[in-house]
Amino acid sequence: MSARDDILARIHAALGTAPAEVTPSAAEVTSGGAEVTSGGAEVTPGGGEVTSGGAEVTPGGGEVTSGGAEVTPGSGEVTRPYRTTSGLAQDELVALLVDRLEDYKASVEIVGRDGLVEAIRVRLDGKTFVAPAGLPSEWLHSSLAEHAVTDSREAPLGVDRLDALDAVVTSSAVSVAETGTIILDGSPDQGRRAISLVPDHHVCVVPVETIVGLVPEGFARLDITRPLTLISGPSATSDIELERVEGVHGPRILDVLIVR
Amino acid sequence: MTAVSLGIPAVPPRGFGNISELEPFPKYAKRELGNAQQRRNLTHATHTIRDKRLKVVSELPDWEALRDAGSAIKTEAMERLPELLAQFEEQFTARGGTVHWARDAAEANRIVEELIRAAGPDETGPDENSGATEVVKVKSMATQEIGLNEYLEERGIAAFETDLAELIVQLGHDKPSHILVPAIHKNRTEIRDIFLREMPGVDPDLTDEPRRLAMAARAHLRAKFLSARVAISGANFGIAETGTLGVVESEGNGRMCLTLPETLITVMGIEKVLPRAEDLGVFMQLLPRSSTGERMNPYTSLWTGVTPGDGPQNVHVVILDNGRTRALADRHGRSALHCIRCSACMNVCPVYERAGGHAYGSTYPGPIGAILSPLLTGIEAEENKSLPYASSLCGACFDACPVKINIPEILVHLRGEDVEERRSKPGARRLPSQFDLAMTGASWAMSDGARMGLLERGLPLGKAAAGRYGVISKLPGIGAGWTQSRDIPAPPAESFRQQWKKRDGSRPATDRPATEGESK
Repeated sequence: MSARDDILARIHAALGTAPAEVTPSAAEVTSGGAEVTSGGAEVTPGGGEVTSGGAEVTPGGGEVTSGGAEVTPGSGEVTRPYRTTSGLAQDELVALLVDRLEDYKASVEIVGRDGLVEAIRVRLDGKTFVAPAGLPSEWLHSSLAEHAVTDSREAPLGVDRLDALDAVVTSSAVSVAETGTIILDGSPDQGRRAISLVPDHHVCVVPVETIVGLVPEGFARLDITRPLTLISGPSATSDIELERVEGVHGPRILDVLIVR
Repeated sequence: MTAVSLGIPAVPPRGFGNISELEPFPKYAKRELGNAQQRRNLTHATHTIRDKRLKVVSELPDWEALRDAGSAIKTEAMERLPELLAQFEEQFTARGGTVHWARDAAEANRIVEELIRAAGPDETGPDENSGATEVVKVKSMATQEIGLNEYLEERGIAAFETDLAELIVQLGHDKPSHILVPAIHKNRTEIRDIFLREMPGVDPDLTDEPRRLAMAARAHLRAKFLSARVAISGANFGIAETGTLGVVESEGNGRMCLTLPETLITVMGIEKVLPRAEDLGVFMQLLPRSSTGERMNPYTSLWTGVTPGDGPQNVHVVILDNGRTRALADRHGRSALHCIRCSACMNVCPVYERAGGHAYGSTYPGPIGAILSPLLTGIEAEENKSLPYASSLCGACFDACPVKINIPEILVHLRGEDVEERRSKPGARRLPSQFDLAMTGASWAMSDGARMGLLERGLPLGKAAAGRYGVISKLPGIGAGWTQSRDIPAPPAESFRQQWKKRDGSRPATDRPATEGESK
């Protein structure tokens, strides 16, 4: 028996369920992620039965009855009584995000659309930096051109090259105000994960319409199969006497520009 | 009493690796208690993090709702485990990753070694056919549990821990003593001394300022990150519906490992799987606030198989059992598998705070370790017998647990299992222990008011035995265990019942009618 089948059989033994239902053949499982999302029943024939009633799942019978509290028939119907929308207006979201980012030692500036170019220029002036190929070219002041290099999945810079650069400028996909979290999803205006990691100074643009209030709202907006990086302030450690020190291996300076 | 055998196949095999006591907890703990420096370090650290946690938890009006949801999702995940793991495998594979399965620690170690060998030679390798000889590692409980570093080292592969605390532990030839902050038992001066002694090329004028120490670690690891060809990680979550893996971290060492090398190998316990992406909205609130006491940890990485042109192109996951199915088979204990390794339980535990993490022997210390380790090995494994007793059952761990694992209840359950197991040994049944006799005696006395009254007449004897300090410091027989480390106050001259009789005559309480048998 393969390790896979062995382990799945052990799990069935432990749960008191019938192994036959479990290992779906490749044909039964649709490959598309969307179908999986819409309902477990579509993909995994066994799943629906778990939801509908414990009896089907546990032919062992007596086992489940006695341990009723443990095996609540809650599968697929997890209640979500927690907050899923913040109800905050945009100004309040911005204020909250700024407060949380600054609390974790990021520096933040709110700029208008027409002020963005200058805000970026000031921060990158005189520095060598990388920008993802999909970053709107109008964001970069012409005076920055001689120190800029671009990077993309098709034409990636080597690690040593990235390490020799001072900074990186990217956009971002979603930001969560309540936790001060900026999320990059690898879109062309955010680039490969390595570029926002290796250079020591990250200038990150947050379009105001990408700000949400709560963590669940943030995930609801994301395609989770993209390479995601959640960033909450510069890198930090609390490993020495639980004293927080900002700036370890990731960028030690995080500049956030919120664009209205 | 053994109600387990109702048509259920044989119990799944136990786990192996660093999940066992090295010696009985009371013995080890007693020695650790003599280390005053460690105790000071632990008190400082656990109290700091405890306060931070309380502050950020109290910010959320729906914290209890999140705990309930977290608990329900984990219960669901355990019930649907075979289906969810198959779905995870399907999705991860469809997106370019490779899934491996390991029954136990030995098998997982072997698979990881083969994958490293297959990754091709690196600059430091002795010859072209040796495969990679250096790997960088993200802090991971699963690889700690299976003893991967030791295994690889014996085979000529150097595994570099890149988390600051793990680095301190590794350089200090020490063992982790906490899930989140493995070097919690060391203070800054001790850490500086380790760096000065063990870190090649370190600035000899290094001070013990945490910032200076963190920068020394940055400089030390930078070249490793940029040149590593293979990285090894654990996983905080695996999302079944998409085949996504996630690592939650702070320093950026995780991102370095997960992003820069060409090959990424992740070792994930079967219990880490969550049904849906939506569930991350719950756990990404519960975990950071419970573990580091932050609203959000600085970095979280999520990846799904291979992203062409971005990050590792050779991506593997090793799905690990190693006793987890054994724990799953114990329906009173299986909720220990809900653990998300936040470490909140150890930060509030009075026993952990004094004894420290090493006393538990296992990779999993503290209250969760006291149930998880014996569940993974089975309580009948001689080496983990004393762990369920390493608790005062105060319940602080249950209150702190973000997924509401009822640790005290499972501790009591395991103590019961232990007693049953000892009794069931051949020849053991006919020799009741002193404890059994005491309990039988108590049951006889307390089930009848007249017997109780008779016994209570003996109270003045106890008072006399206590002497003029009013305490008894040495009891005979089984009671000796109690008085070994504490005194027992002298019993009163009269029992409550005797006092009541005197004060109230024979009149029963007036606020409710006397019932039969009460007016004796």
